Amino acid sequence: MNPQDYIAKHVSGLPRSGIRDFFAIVSEMPQAISLGIGEPDFITPWKIRESSIFALEKGKTSYTDNRGLLSLRKEISAYVEKHFGPAYDPGNEILVTVGVSEAIDIALRALINPGDKVMYHEPCYVSYAPSISLAFGEAIPVATSPDYSFALDPDAFERAWEPGCKVLMLNFPTNPTGGTANREKLEKLAKFAVEKDLIVISDEIYAELTYEGEHLSIASFPGMQDRTIFLHGFSKAFAMTGFRVGFACGPDWLIDAMMKIHQYCMMCAPILSQEAAIEALRNGIEDVLRMRDQYSKRRDFVVRRFNEMGLDCHLPRGSFYAFPSVSPSTRLDEVEFCHRLLRESEVAVVPGTAFGPHGKGHVRASFSTSYEKLVEATSRMEKFVDQVRAENQSVPAAG
Amino acid sequence: MSDLLSIIQETGNPDPVYLGKILDRSPEDVEKELTFLKDEGVLMGWVPLINPSKGEGGEVKSVIEVKISPEREGGFNRLAHRISKFEEVEDCHLMSGAYDLLVIVKGKDLHAVATFVSERLATIDGVLSTATHFLLRSYKEHGHLLNREGENPEKPAVSA
Repeated sequence: MNPQDYIAKHVSGLPRSGIRDFFAIVSEMPQAISLGIGEPDFITPWKIRESSIFALEKGKTSYTDNRGLLSLRKEISAYVEKHFGPAYDPGNEILVTVGVSEAIDIALRALINPGDKVMYHEPCYVSYAPSISLAFGEAIPVATSPDYSFALDPDAFERAWEPGCKVLMLNFPTNPTGGTANREKLEKLAKFAVEKDLIVISDEIYAELTYEGEHLSIASFPGMQDRTIFLHGFSKAFAMTGFRVGFACGPDWLIDAMMKIHQYCMMCAPILSQEAAIEALRNGIEDVLRMRDQYSKRRDFVVRRFNEMGLDCHLPRGSFYAFPSVSPSTRLDEVEFCHRLLRESEVAVVPGTAFGPHGKGHVRASFSTSYEKLVEATSRMEKFVDQVRAENQSVPAAG
Repeated sequence: MSDLLSIIQETGNPDPVYLGKILDRSPEDVEKELTFLKDEGVLMGWVPLINPSKGEGGEVKSVIEVKISPEREGGFNRLAHRISKFEEVEDCHLMSGAYDLLVIVKGKDLHAVATFVSERLATIDGVLSTATHFLLRSYKEHGHLLNREGENPEKPAVSA
């Protein structure tokens, strides 16, 4: 019996996540300092956890409406209108999902016929390309550039467009680069989306973690609410990764299509997580601002230290990741850099190519961790980089 | 609160070299600000936070509600200062409500605390009454939970 004969071809053809490979090595080194974690270092604020416990005590252990608790959808509607602009009807324009990951999956499956093309910027979150493949779409990655801090580049999308493009996926602020999108670029991209009749899936999970300027949603631009699926969730800003709760907002016909898939494959998001999410939206914003302030200070420290040690690093304007360039100064590719840094200095960062080929030469380092760890990790990295440079000086570069 | 103070509070590390590295300032510059903050009485010092259930002390603590007579000049201040000076007294606060001072007293055992209260505290002229409550277990001190919440050995070391 050959197992590969039984696995669907579009699944067996999926590449393994670069993160998974690296995770296997780091797991064997519990003493290593990890800057490879894609989630907040903070525990979920107690008031949010407590609301979930209270709901459990009250016996709230049932399914909910497939779309999510109406009380949560009402809170989402008010929160999104206040912070992002567009108004969505809690009755038929909002769907509560199991994290943004589920929302991305069902949005793509609801929209894509085999061969439809999906444009997205890269480096990007690890699931984008596989999710497109699993929906039988064709991925059209569009590079963002370190020269412009990996910010949105609408001209690059216009150049990359080709017949058959149906969907445009955005994630600003971006995991892993911290890139953001300003008003002028979003306006231009919105016009492009209307002109080319594209549906936009906008994953704005890091919106609250914007450090410079205001976060703007593409859904708030003229003509865009009708063609945008706005995705958001509680994992990052509210430090609720384990609760697995997110949501999609969009025109009723799109939310209806997503609902068809959601109701059969997921039924509903866990009720205890939904109860916690209600508390987060009602009373959690002060905690979000406190955490954002902490991330911002750590970001400044980490980016300065990377630049001091000669790893060219732009200032990420959002998210909690720094994305320094490692190859020019060390002559190591990003994978070799990460493996050697882990083995020789016991610090884990993630190769940029885990987030797509355009992450080449970079690594992702999370600054969502304590000063104690950041100070020690960057000191070790500095020694490692100095050592690699010294080795390079004794062995001239080839060519 | 200044960046320096907030980072000292968070890290518990007063080393000027360490703090200078975080703040992108020279150790001398940090030392200078620390001295200024001490001179101004803003920064009073730092103490280790020891979990009493795991420490070596075996000490007994009590919370004492003290009623005192206010005085014509100074109100409660003179007596409060006097009580605060005993080395057995860890904290002393003027309160609103049914009593005047909340005093936290530390002793090597129950007998030592009882002796302090009955022979030293209660006998001070102006102390009208005391009500002593012995502290059984602490769960949070100075804003820090005493059990190690949030440590999750199953949290992945690398994630997307």
